[in-house]
Amino acid sequence: MSTTSTRAPATPGDATSASGTPLVGRGNKEGNRLFREWFEELTAAPEKGEQAAYVFVMGSMAELLRVFDFHTIFPEVNGLQTAVRHVADDYIAQAEDYGYSTDVCAYVKADVGLQLRDGSHPMGTIPKPALSVYTNACNTYIKWAEIWERLYHVPIFTLDVPGTRRAGGQTWRGSDDFANDLRYVQGQIEELIGVCETVSGKRFDIDKLRETMGFANRMSRAWKRIIELNKATPAVYNAVTDGTVYLGMVNGFRGREEGARYFEDLVEELEYKAAHHIGTPFKEKYRLVFAGVPCYPIFRRFGEMFSEWGGTFVGSTYLWFASGGANMGFEYDLDRPLESLAEGTLVTVRDAMDAMFYSDTLLADMVEPFGIDGVVYHPIKSCRTVSTGLADSRRVIMERTDAATLFIESDHMDKRAVSEAQLKNRIDAFFEGLASRRQRRAAGVDRQGRES
Amino acid sequence: MAYAAGVDVGSTQTKAVIIDDDLEIVGRALVDTGASVTLAAQNAYQAAVRDGDIHEEEEGVGFIVGTGYGRYKVTFGDAQTTEISCHGRGAVHMFPDTRTVVDMGGQDTKAIRVSPTGEILDFVMNDKCAAGTGRFLGAAATALDIALGDLGPTALKSERPVKISTTCTVFADSEILSWLGRGKKVEDILMGVHRSVVSRALSLMRRVGIEQEVTFTGGVANNLGMVEVLNEELGFAVNVSSDSHYMGALGAALFAMDRIVAGRSPAHSSEALS
Repeated sequence: MSTTSTRAPATPGDATSASGTPLVGRGNKEGNRLFREWFEELTAAPEKGEQAAYVFVMGSMAELLRVFDFHTIFPEVNGLQTAVRHVADDYIAQAEDYGYSTDVCAYVKADVGLQLRDGSHPMGTIPKPALSVYTNACNTYIKWAEIWERLYHVPIFTLDVPGTRRAGGQTWRGSDDFANDLRYVQGQIEELIGVCETVSGKRFDIDKLRETMGFANRMSRAWKRIIELNKATPAVYNAVTDGTVYLGMVNGFRGREEGARYFEDLVEELEYKAAHHIGTPFKEKYRLVFAGVPCYPIFRRFGEMFSEWGGTFVGSTYLWFASGGANMGFEYDLDRPLESLAEGTLVTVRDAMDAMFYSDTLLADMVEPFGIDGVVYHPIKSCRTVSTGLADSRRVIMERTDAATLFIESDHMDKRAVSEAQLKNRIDAFFEGLASRRQRRAAGVDRQGRES
Repeated sequence: MAYAAGVDVGSTQTKAVIIDDDLEIVGRALVDTGASVTLAAQNAYQAAVRDGDIHEEEEGVGFIVGTGYGRYKVTFGDAQTTEISCHGRGAVHMFPDTRTVVDMGGQDTKAIRVSPTGEILDFVMNDKCAAGTGRFLGAAATALDIALGDLGPTALKSERPVKISTTCTVFADSEILSWLGRGKKVEDILMGVHRSVVSRALSLMRRVGIEQEVTFTGGVANNLGMVEVLNEELGFAVNVSSDSHYMGALGAALFAMDRIVAGRSPAHSSEALS
């Protein structure tokens, strides 16, 4: 998969790629550089007469939108950047002054604040939309897009993707249900193509679609491999901290050659780390999975509260649903691009929804192969969609597996709903429990105090 | 004789306990936390040392564990452990058949499920809201101008308790005043307050699973009205120790004694248990 070769290092951590770039840490460095460039492109777009489409992480349709040269803009990514940079409060307050309730999703309010400021953002200036394309993966997406429709009088397009009807009831090629769902999605994509032609004034080019789909294939193949690579001990990346950098790239660069190359290079780096047992900068004592959306207002501290105890997140449901299901590694058939785009959209968006609504089975299945000590649930005040089922998921994990669980609540954007002291207290107690459990097992004693 | 200490710095009160190597409490002290957390911790610790008649120059305290929200302010301590672990450990020490612990303090209520070895199997706490905690009772005491110590005995005189619908400590005041305005008796209002607090605690306990025996810890466990309502709602009697207020500090002292037995290596930070 890799396009570069690795030079033999004096010590494993000093390895460089063929171009002389240090291999370990390259993914985060390159990710940050490309991310900044992406926002520079967005800032420069209006002056160049280029158009932007507002999309979301679950079903961005980037492969298709790039055919019409739309820049893709992710309001969720814009929002989390304001939180990480500690300015989200100002944007949220502006939206509330405008009339939005404290109960409305803080991502939405950060975006409303952004629109009220003419796109002024810490990373650059966000262009206004020419259209918006979104799926039903999140019910707020639909109401959110209606805000832009009212503000800018631009077309908005709902792509209605049939979800899983019941737990364990996904349908696949060969069944009537799947064929019906596929026809339904393909029909909508054909309609969307017409909308894109009208808005952009450009003709649909199926060969250009094949090209963007080819780049997406390379990215999906690599992303699936990256998820699997964290079975390594120690884990080769932290799924919450490093994972958020990767997610920015998965979304911002989907359907672009830079994105495909970035992830192939990342696979090279992480395979190298796995082969040489190079983990994250923190000594790994406990292997954890994260369920939910991270706490961005105190993002660094949030990560430290776990890493100080030697807790490494080796997996996260966020890497599944916020990559729009790219973790499945679905690869398009470029010989039948439209049907395959519909199939890919159907199965990956459906999988992203399942990562939120049926996380219990997916998480339980991770425990053994990834060597999981504990599952950390982080429901957020902003989002009932992603948070509601987490209590049930936790119960299933406790019944089906031997992993410990932690349930902590805050918000991904709104600092008013984040109490660092309360989070730390619960996190410390969780690790104290893990430590005493490990001590007991080392002494050969079961939970009842009997020798085992 | 070896001694170990636990200092539990809570939001309203700071407790200290000294135990000997028979794991018996030999000294205890309680002070208001106030604005200076470190000073409160020092005062409580020194008072417990005096209470235990321990002469530090001869046979000093070998290890000190801080717990509670102010545990990192116990600057003279050797290690810190959360009050969740400490209340679990203390409760199982006092009542070895404990499987569920409910701890009610000034700002926190926690439900903890423990194994026979004292291992924390699950826990849950109230979330950024003082409803269902001692603070709610404090607000009622203020609104009704009644001493904290009289809350329980007064509530137990109730014959027709009112139903307190608010769960917000801030709004409790206005609801209590409205019941007074409607001519309800103080004891009936107070019993309503007690039931409201217990209902929140029970909700937390159900989330971890209620398994007997249940041990009630924290300062609120001194309130007889709370104990009675809890017993009534559960359908069985909970364990309450005369030292329930000190349970967190006791757990911390037991962890401290573990360290002495293991070789007295002070470990600041959370390494205390590993």
